[in-house]
Amino acid sequence: MNPQLFQLICFYAFGFVTVAAALAVITLRNTVHAVLALVLTFFSTACLWMLADAEFLALALIVVYVGAVMVLFLFVVMMLDIDQEKMREGFVKFLPVGLVVAVVMLVEMLGLIGVRAMHAQLMGADPAAAAGLSNTAWLGMALYTKYLLPFEVAALILTVGVVAAVALTLRQRSAQRYASASEQVKVKSGDRIRIVKMAATLPAEESPVPLQESKS
Amino acid sequence: MADLLIHQLLIPLAYIMAIVLPLVIAVAMFVYWERKVIGWMHVRMGPNKIGPFGMLQAFADVVKLLIKEVILPTKANRFLYYMAPMIALVPALAAWAVVPFSSKLVLSNANAGVLYLLAMTSMGVYGIIIAGWASNSRYALLGAMRSAAQVISYELAMGLCLVCVLVLAGSLNLTDIVNAQAGGKGLFDWFWLPLLPVFVIYFIAGVAETNRAPFDVAEGESEIVAGFHVEYSGSAFALFFLAEYANMILVSFLASILFLGGWLSPLQGWVHADAPGWINWIWTGGFIWLFIKAFVMSFLFLWFRATFPRYRYDQIMRLGWKVLIPIAIVWVLVAGCMKYFGVVTIGTGV
Repeated sequence: MNPQLFQLICFYAFGFVTVAAALAVITLRNTVHAVLALVLTFFSTACLWMLADAEFLALALIVVYVGAVMVLFLFVVMMLDIDQEKMREGFVKFLPVGLVVAVVMLVEMLGLIGVRAMHAQLMGADPAAAAGLSNTAWLGMALYTKYLLPFEVAALILTVGVVAAVALTLRQRSAQRYASASEQVKVKSGDRIRIVKMAATLPAEESPVPLQESKS
Repeated sequence: MADLLIHQLLIPLAYIMAIVLPLVIAVAMFVYWERKVIGWMHVRMGPNKIGPFGMLQAFADVVKLLIKEVILPTKANRFLYYMAPMIALVPALAAWAVVPFSSKLVLSNANAGVLYLLAMTSMGVYGIIIAGWASNSRYALLGAMRSAAQVISYELAMGLCLVCVLVLAGSLNLTDIVNAQAGGKGLFDWFWLPLLPVFVIYFIAGVAETNRAPFDVAEGESEIVAGFHVEYSGSAFALFFLAEYANMILVSFLASILFLGGWLSPLQGWVHADAPGWINWIWTGGFIWLFIKAFVMSFLFLWFRATFPRYRYDQIMRLGWKVLIPIAIVWVLVAGCMKYFGVVTIGTGV
C-alpha cells in the first residue's frame, strides 16, 4: 500500500462523510440534528482541504465556522421552539415554487461547471512548495504583499459590518436597567449596612436604656 | 505490508499512548493535588485515608465512578447523550499532538501548530452544548447556553494573545516559538516580559475556556445545580471530568510554552559550566523545566478556585469583551512595534 493509495482512500472516506452529512442537513427532521450534521460537513470538508495541503484554509474553517459560527447557530436553534407538524403543513403548497428554484439552481450550477470545464487549465505546481514555504507562510506572504489592498478593503468592509450589526441590536429600551461596574466597585460597606451594637439582655427594672448605636 | 503496518500504525499508536497514559495518570494525581491544596487553604486535611497521604484517593474515585450506573434521563436523546462526553474528551486529548516537550520530543511538529491548537480547543465546547441539550433538562440547557457564550467570548481574547506571540516569534510552529525565546538573558528573554499583559489575559482566558472557578457559571451549583452535566453519572461523568482536567493541564503547558520559554532554562546564558547530563539540564534546559513551569501554572488554577468567588454572568461578559479584548488588541499593535523597531530580539535555539 503506497502513500498515494492511502491518500486516495482517505479522500474517498472524507468525501463520503461530507456528502452524507450534507444530505443529512437537508433531510433530518430535527433542527438540532441538522445543525450538528452541518458541523460534521464542515469538519470533513476541512479534512479534505488538509489532504490537499491547504492547511491554513482547513484550520481556519474549523476555527471560524465549527468553533464559532456553528456554536452560535446551535445556540439559536436550541432556543427555538419549532413545531415540527406545522413546519410540514405547507409542503404541497410550496412544492412547485421549491421545485422551480431547485431546477434553476441546478441549471445555473451545471452551466457554471460547464464554462469552467471549457476554460479548464491544469493546476500548476503548488506555489507554496515552489517557494519552499509552508502553506500558511506562503498564504500570509501573498495576502500581505501582492493582495494587500484587496485584503485591507475586505477587512474594512467586515469592520463596517460589525459596527452595523452592533448598531442594529443596540436600541434603547426604557425598561432596561444597567449596572455600572465602576459604581459597584466604589461602594463601601458603610453605604449598605449599619452595625448596631445592642446589649445581649435588657435590664430587668427601670425604663429601657436607649440602645447604643455605632457606625463601623 | 507488515512493515508498513508497524511503521504507519503501531509506532504512532505507541507514541500516542506514551502521551495519553501519563496524561490520564497526571489528571488523577492533579485531582488529588487539587483536593489536598484546597483542603490546606481551607485549613482542612484533604483526602488522607486511602493510600499513603491519601494519594490513591483519585484512583478509588475512578473505580467508584466506573462501577456506577450511567442513567439515561426520560426523553433524553440517547445517541447524543452518550456521544457528548466523548465529543468533549476527543479535542482535549487531540490537542496534545502538537505540544513539544523538548526540542526533539514532539509527536507532530506541525507547521501550523498554534492554529491546530486553536481549532481543537474551540471544538471542546460542543461536548458541553450537546450534553446540555441531549439531557432534556432545563438546568443542563441553561448551563450549556452559558458555556457557549462564555467560551466564544474568551476565545477571541485568547486568539488575540496568540497573535501577539506569533508576531514576536514569527512562526506558528510551537517548537520555533520556544526557540525564539532562547537567548543570553536567562528568563528575561522569554515572551512574558514584552507581552506581560497578554500573558495575564491568556491565562485568564484559559481559565474561562476550561470553565473553571471563578468562571464556572456553566456548572454554577448555587443557581443551576451542576449545569450541563447535572444528568450524567458514572463513567460518562468521569469522561467530562477527565476532559476538563486534561484541558487545564493543556492550558498550563501552553502558557509555559508560549510565554515562559517551554523547556528552556531560566538560567540560560548565565551558567556555562560543563557537567554531566543529569545536572546539565538545569542551565541548558530540558523537559523537566517545562513540567516545573506547567506545574506552577496549573497550581494557579487551584489557587484561583480556593480564593475567588464566582463571577456573575454579566461580569464575565463585561470582563471578556470590554477589558480583555481591547487590551489584547492594543498589545497586538505594541507587539508589532516592538518587532518592527527591534526591541525584542529573537533567538534561534540550539
